[in-house]
Amino acid sequence: MDAILLQLLNGLDKGSAYALIALGLTLIFGTLGVVNFAHGALFMIGAFCAVTLSKIFTLSHKATEPSGTDFLGNPKFDDVLYVKDWFGETVGAWLLDWSVPLAILFAIPIMLAIGFVMERGLIKHFYKRPHADQILVTFGLAIVLQEVIKYFYGANPIPTAAPEAFRGSFDFGILLGFDPNAIIYPYWRLIYFAFSALIIGGVFAFLQFTTFGMVVRAGMADRETVGLLGINIDKRFTIMFGIAAAVAGLAGVMYAPINSPNYHMGMDFLVLSFVVVVVGGMGSLPGAVLAGFLLGILESFASMNEVKDILPGIDQIIIYVVAIIILLTRPRGLMGRKGVMEE
Amino acid sequence: MLSLNKKDFGLLLVVAILTLAAPIILNPFPANSGMAQFNAGYPDLMQRFVIFGIFAIGFNILFGLTGYLSFGHAAFLGVGSYSAVWMMKLLSMNVIPAILLSVIVAGLFSVVIGYVSLRRSGIYFSILTLAFAQMSFNLAYSVLTPITNGETGLQISLSDPRILDGANAPSYPNLFGAQMNSAATVELGNWIFTFSVGYYLCAVIMLAAFYISIRVFRSPFGMMLRAVKSNQQRMNYTGLNTKPYTLAAFVISGMYAGLAGGLLASMDPLAGAERMQWTASGEVVLMTILGGAGTLLGPVLGAGFIKYFENIFSKINDNVLHGWFSFMPDGFEDFLVTVIHPFVGKGWNLTLGLLFMLVVIFLPGGLVEGGQRFGRVFRRKDRNAGSVEADAAKQRNQTAAE
Repeated sequence: MDAILLQLLNGLDKGSAYALIALGLTLIFGTLGVVNFAHGALFMIGAFCAVTLSKIFTLSHKATEPSGTDFLGNPKFDDVLYVKDWFGETVGAWLLDWSVPLAILFAIPIMLAIGFVMERGLIKHFYKRPHADQILVTFGLAIVLQEVIKYFYGANPIPTAAPEAFRGSFDFGILLGFDPNAIIYPYWRLIYFAFSALIIGGVFAFLQFTTFGMVVRAGMADRETVGLLGINIDKRFTIMFGIAAAVAGLAGVMYAPINSPNYHMGMDFLVLSFVVVVVGGMGSLPGAVLAGFLLGILESFASMNEVKDILPGIDQIIIYVVAIIILLTRPRGLMGRKGVMEE
Repeated sequence: MLSLNKKDFGLLLVVAILTLAAPIILNPFPANSGMAQFNAGYPDLMQRFVIFGIFAIGFNILFGLTGYLSFGHAAFLGVGSYSAVWMMKLLSMNVIPAILLSVIVAGLFSVVIGYVSLRRSGIYFSILTLAFAQMSFNLAYSVLTPITNGETGLQISLSDPRILDGANAPSYPNLFGAQMNSAATVELGNWIFTFSVGYYLCAVIMLAAFYISIRVFRSPFGMMLRAVKSNQQRMNYTGLNTKPYTLAAFVISGMYAGLAGGLLASMDPLAGAERMQWTASGEVVLMTILGGAGTLLGPVLGAGFIKYFENIFSKINDNVLHGWFSFMPDGFEDFLVTVIHPFVGKGWNLTLGLLFMLVVIFLPGGLVEGGQRFGRVFRRKDRNAGSVEADAAKQRNQTAAE
């Protein structure tokens, strides 16, 4: 029982990342009808926003140490962080410690800007081209973005720490009446799950309860009619592209402490996210979220030793097996609508 | 000739001459000159040109003709490599059985994957092939380690049985005794040309593959595949079942990929799982699109182009750049080197990505279309010429077209 609960929890954080990326992909596909292979790269850029902010906070300059000289008589130098110079000792230390959550604020404008530039500069010209062309040009863009990041940050993963307060683990077992240490779960993963639930809820609420969201939903259903009613639907879709980029970016920012960001983390997630989107049903937002969590949890159950003893290697392929079965038995995915992506 | 029309035969002839003379053509610079690093005439690289040419020709039969974009073709390449190495371990170091088995195994494998994946089209087909390929890749790394030797990669060793080989048979892949890595070197003044056995085996096989692909393109079967691309629904409404045709195209392209994998393993008897990763599938897509999907020559051009620049660009480092621009004023030289630095050496992938985007945006037909547009610029004069001259030009172009 406790082992099952533990795997359920383990699946949640990976599932959250899948769900967030798949949600962004589906937003773009549902509004603009574009298959965005560069979405994984946006996730990766988000993670590197967190890296950048913590790098900015660790910028330092040399200052002579008042205590005196070293054994050769030269004055000693200390590295002094700029943040501590500007904001004082305590606030500076706090800023450094909390750099990952603070990177959320830093990442939102950057990701929105990247999204707008991408849509206006590139994607706009591909609405009328076949899906294969869209896949290819965004695939090229993904390579470019990933190489640019590699050029500036190098090829090695960069460890990025969560705030001190969340570094420990939480003993779930005691809370639920199991033995101590039966279910131990890192705080940060809990936060990641809560954060993604918040973002997913926010996106759905935005689409459901605001006028802007209503217009966007109308545009998703019938773009032409909305345009004929005198609404500039293209502009709103561009904003939705920016929001989708921001969702992917935020997923990346918060993922940085879980897995040290490296330049190809986007590609690794992209393949799985596409599988998630297709399993959920192209163009269905709830489907993407559902499939994301479902596949994340299935993956973590498949990595249990009891399961692996019966079916060796199943943890490596479970997602693909499920995807193939679903695509062949439910042609539109779990919650796909009729007429989407059917030639 | 060879049941080809004049134009196709000419194309085949040109490709044949270029391929067979490649060791000379690709070595235009003397070995001791500063430009020698642009020489591509060494066996290792030339073999990759033709092997990936075969891979791309096969991929083009599926993608270029039917429009089905597979993101999993590297799996067939990997399977081909593994079966070739196993053949060399168990049976004989002769490459013939190894290559035959790799084609057969990849063919069978693609029948299974194609039969399932082709039930869907469009992006669903891409995702299905991607899923199958990633499954093969993950399994090759984990559970199938007894067959694939996991991360180390499958290698040949002296203790292998090799039941057909005698006691003193060569211990390196060979064709009836001629070892793949043996080569004849000809020195002409400062120029050094290497004629390698392995390269010529690959080149002859590629020419055969190219010939088959021309025949497929010109056959009623090829016409049927093009019809699938332009409007599959209409084909179905006229009462035609398109599935056997698309499946045949899928299996043919899978066998080409297996052949390429088998050749890779024959040139260097080592097979690793990374050949099956989806980035490897992406690479063949890049080659085909860059050269020109749906054209005969495009995939070969694309494969050669990417493999050449991958090797040459990644060799250019800052010292080489400084050497080039040394005639300029110092500040300007440093500036140029700083600007170019991110795009060469380890940053070659950035150039590839940019180039690929530019091709997809401005030249959807790839390098071949670029060449045609370039040619049209020169022919445009004809239209503006006087009536008599225009008639003459028309006649000339007509005879050329025939």
